[in-house]
Amino acid sequence: MAKQHIVFSLNGGVVEILVEPRTLLIHALRETLGQTGSHIGCETSHCGACTVDFNGKSVKSCTVLAVQADGGEVLTVEGLAHNGALHPVQEGFMQEHGLQCGFCTPGMLIRAYRFLQENPSPTDEDIRMGMSGNLCRCTGYQNIVKAVQYAANKLRATQGA
Amino acid sequence: MIPGTFDYHAPATVDEAIRLLGELGDEAKLLAGGHSLLPMMKLRFASPKHLIDLNRIGALKGIREQSGMIHIGAMTTENELIASALLREKCPLLPEAAKWISDPQVRNCGTLGGDIAHGDPGNDHPAVMMAVDAVFVLQGPRGERLIVADRFFHGLYYTELAPDEILTEIRIPAVSKGTGYAYCKLKRKTGDFATAAAAVQLRLDGGVCKKINIALTNVAPTALKAGDAEMSLTGKVIDEALIEQAARKAMAVCDPAEDQRGNRDYKTHMAGEMTRRAIRQALARAKGN
Ligand SMILES: Cc1cc2nc3c(=O)[nH]c(=O)nc-3n(C[C@H](O)[C@H](O)[C@H](O)COP(=O)(O)OP(=O)(O)OC[C@H]3O[C@@H](n4cnc5c(N)ncnc54)[C@H](O)[C@@H]3O)c2cc1C
Ligand code: FES
Ligand code: FES
Repeated sequence: MAKQHIVFSLNGGVVEILVEPRTLLIHALRETLGQTGSHIGCETSHCGACTVDFNGKSVKSCTVLAVQADGGEVLTVEGLAHNGALHPVQEGFMQEHGLQCGFCTPGMLIRAYRFLQENPSPTDEDIRMGMSGNLCRCTGYQNIVKAVQYAANKLRATQGA
Repeated sequence: MIPGTFDYHAPATVDEAIRLLGELGDEAKLLAGGHSLLPMMKLRFASPKHLIDLNRIGALKGIREQSGMIHIGAMTTENELIASALLREKCPLLPEAAKWISDPQVRNCGTLGGDIAHGDPGNDHPAVMMAVDAVFVLQGPRGERLIVADRFFHGLYYTELAPDEILTEIRIPAVSKGTGYAYCKLKRKTGDFATAAAAVQLRLDGGVCKKINIALTNVAPTALKAGDAEMSLTGKVIDEALIEQAARKAMAVCDPAEDQRGNRDYKTHMAGEMTRRAIRQALARAKGN
């Protein structure tokens, strides 16, 4: 099948690649572009390890075609930190021990990043609902909820200031 | 898991999409949110040679009101349904049910049109569409035709849609005063399809039930209308004894397939329980209006 030329914004820079129409966005990111932050867990749209931010929305990149990203904007975990400074969601996961093995973490972080823009002052219950597309087999979720709450507080403090 | 090879088309208008469907024939499939189709393609349950992506057709999106009817573009996503103030006011059952579909990421992609057109009895919108008296707009090379939700679902993955037609719009009458609604869904965990679910919309006038729709999810090869149960409540002042009788009548039409969610008896029983709960909640809401 003929490859297609696509151009999209990735973590603030412009990328151009050739992909087969059947290539999934997660594979284009990891294999063609070498951005291995986003993980592949289930490959069946259940676990959320492959979550990326696509045109301002959280999506599971194992269930989006790379050709669909043409002209769009993608943000992955690699794009969260700025000039060596961790994003508040990253800091939250570190401070509150929001991870153990870390496999789910890139998806958790990029989902938490978008969730806190959708709901800057969430209750713990809101966090559990908002993060319900991301599975973690290690932490039992308690510390993930705390980590997102930590980030929410920090974001409100810095944005309110 | 990667889908088999196919050519990708991204038309900008409905006419172009219909022309492509006509030219490419049986080899082509429409791609909406992709959250049923792409998983099936990864598993080789579907191997279309061409995908026609509807995501770049702006005309298929959006929610508006026109002479008492709510018009919803087929490509409107679950999260857009949930966020709509117009729907919350004029067709509240729809956003309520959409909240129960999978998780936030899936709801950002999955579309109302895709959920209906897929013809999967596990999908939630087919029963909801029956409960709200929805009308579907199907567009094809011979023009446009309208079909009511009750007549659209023929069997497992088998609907009224012809291979060269697109579901372009869903039209739903705005609710009137005294309307109550509920969607009660039993599922094992977030991201699971219903073990059984019931959609109810009813209208009270002076305490009497003037009209009631009851539809069931995932307890037969298609979503089901529980017609006898509806009839047993219409024209009555609904009480617990009548609710029990209606739940029994709803159970009588169930024909579920046994799977890891449970055997036939369990699913039928749960359909009855979801029906009871949905009628009670709809009744309480109608009285509160
Ligand atoms: C983890 C997970 C859990 C889920 N849980 C639920 C659930 O609980 N309840 C539920 O209802 N759904 C559930 N779904 C299904 C999901 O929400 C799908 O989005 C939906 O079934 C299909 O909609 P889509 O827009 O993704 O369509 P697609 O997958 O793109 O298409 C599905 C089919 O419909 C056809 N089609 C799509 N749009 C049109 C159109 N406008 N006209 C004609 N044909 C069309 C396609 O050709 C294809 O055959 C779940 C999905 C996942 C991945
Ligand atoms: S890898 Fe995409 S959801 Fe699990
Ligand atoms: S930290 Fe191991 S899966 Fe979440």
